[in-house]
Amino acid sequence: MAWIFSSDRPIYLQLTDRVISGILTGEYPMGSKLPSVREFAEIASVNPNTVQRALAELEAVGLIDNQRTTGKFVTEEEERITMAREKRGSALARDFLKNMTDLGYDSDQVSQLLREAQEEKEEDEDGYAGY
Amino acid sequence: MDMPVIKCSGLSKNFGNVYALSKLDLALPAGKIIGLLGPNGSGKTTLLKLACGLLTPTEGSIEICGTAPGQESKALVSYLPERTYLPDWMTAQQCLDYFEDFYSDFDRARAENMLAALGVPGDTRMKTLSKGTKEKVQLVLVMSRRARLYLLDEPIGGVDPAARDYILSTIIRNYSEDSTVLISTHLIYDVEKILDEFVFLQQGQVVSYASTDSLRADLGKSLDEYFREVFRC
Repeated sequence: MAWIFSSDRPIYLQLTDRVISGILTGEYPMGSKLPSVREFAEIASVNPNTVQRALAELEAVGLIDNQRTTGKFVTEEEERITMAREKRGSALARDFLKNMTDLGYDSDQVSQLLREAQEEKEEDEDGYAGY
Repeated sequence: MDMPVIKCSGLSKNFGNVYALSKLDLALPAGKIIGLLGPNGSGKTTLLKLACGLLTPTEGSIEICGTAPGQESKALVSYLPERTYLPDWMTAQQCLDYFEDFYSDFDRARAENMLAALGVPGDTRMKTLSKGTKEKVQLVLVMSRRARLYLLDEPIGGVDPAARDYILSTIIRNYSEDSTVLISTHLIYDVEKILDEFVFLQQGQVVSYASTDSLRADLGKSLDEYFREVFRC
């Protein structure tokens, strides 16, 4: 299934985001071999040059190691992955806060909602225990 | 810069007193997948036909890898016309024989694989195949050559969405750094993810030639949106 891209940002940036997500969620575990440029191009249905550019970005920030003869690997330096996670996390938090502010919530109400959501999630998880 | 795969200088083509192309200048590099886009009658098909030597320029020149279209360039160029020209009485297998005989860069195994993947029967005469299936056969033939330049005139217009995806992934799989693929199509939304660059033609002239991702970065627009804006009726 081809990946879906939004029309307002360059595809190579959306590709880097998608691969970073893959690294953070364990789809591409630390130290594992990534698909080749050509494979990525086919998986995502995008131009190989675009994939090349996206992977070069990730190489530049140290999330990917390029081993000339054997291919590209997810970094084994945990620190870099932690940094990427923090960066992604704080970006998501800022987006969330902005959306909530736009809806008219103040920060106390946002905290309250988050606590409630957390409790509901825990109840759901308890409810399913044993299945 | 390396030698362009297609180079047009002051290229004009008229049919009677109608200008199909008018003083067109364009140089396309190797190793790119490029969309040739424009409204109906903007000169896309004329440009492709000039590039493969089916038409001759009225004025100006066109060069394919440094030479004027002719015997030499035809060995380098793989052309998918708007309409198929395969004889009615041939089967798909016979069409493969025909191409294998004609073109030294024809990859028979690749063609067989593609026919199988698209579910095209090898032993049925072209006459009895549907329009879309005939187009698939033609496309398989064209994409199975190891050419320097692929000229594809509406390659996905007549086929179903699943075959469309397959064709696009074939183009991606086929990609090499030495060869350029020039695709003329109205189905911009379907192809834009695989395009490095695009050329907008209008009334026989180039109105825009740029990279697809720079369009998104600079204007925050997809190619499909940009096309609708530029050519608003």
